[in-house]
Amino acid sequence: MATTSGPPSSLSQIRHIVLVLSGKGGVGKSSITTQLALSLVQLGHSVGVLDIDLTGPSLPRMFALESKKIHQSSQGWVPVYTDASKRLCVMSIGFLLKDRGDSVVWRGPKKSAMIRQFVRDVVWGQLDYLLIDTPPGTSDEHISITEQLRDANPDGAVLVTTPQAVATADVRKELSFCRKVGLDVLGVIENMSGFLCPHCAECSHIFSHGGGEELAKQYDVPFLGAVPIDPQFVLLIEEQHAAASGEAVTDGKGELASAKGFSLIEKYKECKLCPIFAKITEQVVAATKDNIR
Amino acid sequence: MAPEPYTSGTITTLAAPAPEHCPGTESEQAGKADACEGCPNQLICASTPKGPDVDLPAIHRRMEGVRHKILVLSGKGGVGKSTFTSMLGWALAHDTDKEVGVMDLDICGPSLPTMMGAKGEQIHMSNSGWSPVYVADNLGMMSIGFMLPNEDDAIIWRGAKKSGLIKQFLKDVDWGSLDFLVVDTPPGTSDEHLSVNQYLKDTGVDGAVVVTTPQEVALLDVRKEIDFCRKAGIKVLGLVENMSGFVCPNCDGESFIFAPTTGGGKALATDMNIPFLGSVPLDPRIGRACDYGESFLDEYPDSPSSKAVMQIIRQVRESVGEPIEDEEGNEDE
Repeated sequence: MATTSGPPSSLSQIRHIVLVLSGKGGVGKSSITTQLALSLVQLGHSVGVLDIDLTGPSLPRMFALESKKIHQSSQGWVPVYTDASKRLCVMSIGFLLKDRGDSVVWRGPKKSAMIRQFVRDVVWGQLDYLLIDTPPGTSDEHISITEQLRDANPDGAVLVTTPQAVATADVRKELSFCRKVGLDVLGVIENMSGFLCPHCAECSHIFSHGGGEELAKQYDVPFLGAVPIDPQFVLLIEEQHAAASGEAVTDGKGELASAKGFSLIEKYKECKLCPIFAKITEQVVAATKDNIR
Repeated sequence: MAPEPYTSGTITTLAAPAPEHCPGTESEQAGKADACEGCPNQLICASTPKGPDVDLPAIHRRMEGVRHKILVLSGKGGVGKSTFTSMLGWALAHDTDKEVGVMDLDICGPSLPTMMGAKGEQIHMSNSGWSPVYVADNLGMMSIGFMLPNEDDAIIWRGAKKSGLIKQFLKDVDWGSLDFLVVDTPPGTSDEHLSVNQYLKDTGVDGAVVVTTPQEVALLDVRKEIDFCRKAGIKVLGLVENMSGFVCPNCDGESFIFAPTTGGGKALATDMNIPFLGSVPLDPRIGRACDYGESFLDEYPDSPSSKAVMQIIRQVRESVGEPIEDEEGNEDE
């Protein structure tokens, strides 16, 4: 790709860049990205989140920003901030679509061009962390983002997997990818590791368990932790959406109250997953501490 | 990292990587679009003969012997496309009179070899083409997973190269005559989906089964996939809601793991005006069966999930005009 040399100036005021990767789809890359962002904000960092899943962007929904649009300034695209405190901002192709149901049917070169714009033309301003959420696989999006970040010295990647063998097999491929392109692996997170039955508190391993830890050991990369399935988190996202849109949502049984002035950053503190992510985030912070961009 | 060479099969060899906004090296617009101005490939693209792809007749010939082609799609990853594909494959092949083929188009993350118990198998080449790997007498399959020297190798390919392999899968695999060809796809609406549709369009695709999970974050992507099907002219045979509800094996209490806060698959199907084929509850044994490459439907026929899947497969067969013959066998084709 013909680009000017040197790191893109749009990234010059960002202290750390972390990618969230997984070879497998639906393992929770976007929800992990969301929770990492929330935990980093709670530690007092300013965080930007870039969504390069172009054909299936989930982050606008995760932060209840679906109705938001990107503004164009003289310096470039202004990301969407979650609230007035401006601690957390998001950039996603979802903000560029007319209708949320519209499909983005693009072949590789067009996706690459979009990612290039996302890296070069967004006015992130000063950020402690830029988290990059990716689609599954090892193809155009991944090649393009590593090419774009080549001179920007990214801190590394967090790999997300679920415990079953079918998923870890794909994540192994992602690890090979990281090795091949010279991206540091900050660690592996095992998501959907067990489910506590709300009726009897019995833990069921719906997608088996231990696969992520084993994978980390085998490849000699840090294991950052196991995250259980918590339906509460999904509800939290939906509740937030209800608060933002005024729509009523149901949890399958009854309606959820829609709370005004809902702040995901605040509400997340009450979530059971919050302390688990606090630990994971600490490790990510420690792993990236010494990287000077 | 060096850019991947844009050569695959009989696709035009380019002098440089395709530029952004490339209209597609084989498209009508190739060499003529705005983006082509100044592209080093412009002359190559403009001079290659346009019109129908030269490989299409070969694909056509291969596909002549295939009676029904069913795509399994989902905008979202990890919703169970491959699991459903493998179940559909096993269930269709139950009928020993039927020949079934399963094709895995997920180039970067092939799961079907593991799920169908064919990990480590190799593809053999013969005069008549690539021989599929047979996991049962009447159930053959093809996946890039069979072509990797090392299981953990990443396939770091851009779209054009993936399309080349998909073309080869359609052109060079010696399926023989098949009653059903089930095609598993990766998540998204990009190269793989466009290519398989482009190559198969004239050979007649019966339609697509779309798989989703109940939560809105998944439905959001699946909505896009249905939008894609409409744009691409693919008939949607129906929507399957997977992982809906979980029955605790300890206390039989039911809970929603992926809560259907916006009405789940059923509401989406009504909304988009497509048939809703049914919901498959979560069963931890499904994942385990997939890991070990066993057929869940055969191992645990009494599981509520198996029953739900069988019911869905019955509808899929009806929708392609091949209803399951009942006991008396009076429902001949």
